[in-house]
Amino acid sequence: MSTPLIMFLLFIAVTLVITYWASKRSSGSSAYFAASRRITGWQNGIAVAGDYMSAASFLGIAGIIAFQGYDGFMYSVGWLVAYLTVLLVVAEPLRNAGRYTMADVLAYRLKPRPVRAMASVSTLTVSTFYMIAQMVGAGALVALLLKDSGISYHTAVVGVGVLMIVYVVFGGMLATTWVQIIKAILLMAGTILLSILVLAHFHFSFAEFFNAIGSVTYHDKGELVTKDFLQPGLRFKPPYGALDLISLGLALIFGTAGLPHILVRFYTVPDAKTARHSVVWAMVLIGSFYIMTTFLGFGAATIVGRDFISTHGGTNMSAPLLAQSLAGDIFFAFISAIAFATILAVVAGLTISASTSFAHDFWTNVIHKGVERKPGEEVLVARISAFVVGAVAMGIAILLGPTANVAFLVALAFAVAASANLPVIVLSIFWRRFNTAGAVTGLAVGLLASIGLILISPSLMAIDPPTVVGAARHLIQAKAIFPLENPGILSIPLGFIGAIVGTLVSHEPTSQHKFNELLVRSNTGLGAEKAAAH
Amino acid sequence: MGSSARQVSHHPPHLEQYEATQTEWDRIAATKEFKDLMATKKVFIVPAFVFFVTYYFALPILVGYAPNFMATKVIGVINLAYLFALSQFFVAWLIAWLYVRAASDFDELAKDIIEDAHKQRKGA
Repeated sequence: MSTPLIMFLLFIAVTLVITYWASKRSSGSSAYFAASRRITGWQNGIAVAGDYMSAASFLGIAGIIAFQGYDGFMYSVGWLVAYLTVLLVVAEPLRNAGRYTMADVLAYRLKPRPVRAMASVSTLTVSTFYMIAQMVGAGALVALLLKDSGISYHTAVVGVGVLMIVYVVFGGMLATTWVQIIKAILLMAGTILLSILVLAHFHFSFAEFFNAIGSVTYHDKGELVTKDFLQPGLRFKPPYGALDLISLGLALIFGTAGLPHILVRFYTVPDAKTARHSVVWAMVLIGSFYIMTTFLGFGAATIVGRDFISTHGGTNMSAPLLAQSLAGDIFFAFISAIAFATILAVVAGLTISASTSFAHDFWTNVIHKGVERKPGEEVLVARISAFVVGAVAMGIAILLGPTANVAFLVALAFAVAASANLPVIVLSIFWRRFNTAGAVTGLAVGLLASIGLILISPSLMAIDPPTVVGAARHLIQAKAIFPLENPGILSIPLGFIGAIVGTLVSHEPTSQHKFNELLVRSNTGLGAEKAAAH
Repeated sequence: MGSSARQVSHHPPHLEQYEATQTEWDRIAATKEFKDLMATKKVFIVPAFVFFVTYYFALPILVGYAPNFMATKVIGVINLAYLFALSQFFVAWLIAWLYVRAASDFDELAKDIIEDAHKQRKGA
């Protein structure tokens, strides 16, 4: 048995013990969906970081910096700054006025059934797309990391899928939280260790390290080139590079505060003050991590080199290969296990947010008009939908295969969160005139605009050379109609316009009358559900 | 906790529920204390939001449209682009820290409003 496999199994064993422990504490809606609201500020902060930092951050950004230098580091910045929107605008009102889902806040003064149905569609879209992207990435990655143990793509996808289903179905939010906490601690430990090793390689001299970044050599189309990796422009090129970068920034800044799997985390703490502190804890961890991508990414560029990484698994392998070259196979195994833990924690978070929205918004409130017919039904429906969501994501990931071009699904998830979810959350909390028609059109326009623009973007439309085969080929073989990979710059204004126009053309006096209740509740926490005792 | 969710039958008894009439919500929203809370929040949150969004988007705009300027070397090979990107982390942390400080005032104001609301209900 190879060392990476042993470390993977060790992580699985620990998380299964936690799931067993959590399963005994997960009966009842508040316990299952919100860990009885007894997660502390620092615990939730670490869990938010664990929920948020996906393999795309850990392996993806390290890889982009290793290959394209400074432009990759620009990604790192937006992932942290986005949390200021969460902190200043959504975390506290959401905790004060909601119970399990973002739709709780919308349903306060708007007609609950249409609003919840639409919010649930949007939540399921974001979560499922994001999950498929994670699963395809996970399958390819785990197969690569464990190739000495003979684990195939399919086995890896099934393994990840089954584990996330087990965590969520049996352990609910409590197990998900602790899987995310352990993952975040492992990720931070691994990143700090790698950073120290990179600095040690340069004799703890920043001058030496940055000088090396200033002249990185590699082969480009057969020619040996030397580039200053601190210079911008290696990835984002004219004519649309700058615009794409701004569009990505908009999706991050406005999308993070609309990601359902992040928002549900704020229902797990006792009150809004704790929610606020947990965002700050998360920002400390997330910020430190992304600053350290300097060492991971530039370290891989200077110590391992583009040429070697290209022939040993490609960009995503930059961080594990850096670990291997600095401290050998054991460290490679450790970093691989962290990548695995990272994927599991994120997909578990996505699964629980999707199943909570289906059970709480759609089943209980849309179909059964807010009445739980017998105690425990809502949780039972959530467990079943977690299983279904997980199985569907697994199935799609297997159908698509390891070479499928799925990176755009992450951009899509953020675009939908920013263009559909965020406008209606913000307008519902801050705009007295806002109403049901506005919420439904806002969600629908934001969702459709994001999907539509991605469909005609370079992510899905391009003319491939005949050497590109199978799932790696672009869906539509023609020149892209929309030139940007990130639709945010257009879809976010469209989402807001949809919500505002929908409101203005309709008339709903009750939503305005009930605004005062939402305003008082969301700003003071009056009557907010507190932690449940056991 | 929308109007419909409140019908879910079995709330555990220990939850701090607060239900009130429309008139009562309107009364609280119109009190001086509540208006003070909203004004205090606005004074911090609006400028903080505008500042961080402006500061953040200055990065992709400058890097995208003035790459040569951003490539200006400041210390050794370290250029303006990298330093500006790095500064974003510290600025974000600073704003978060300032917000937490300001928010303790919000908590104080909110506490009075909540106590008053509960008192009014008992008195009614």
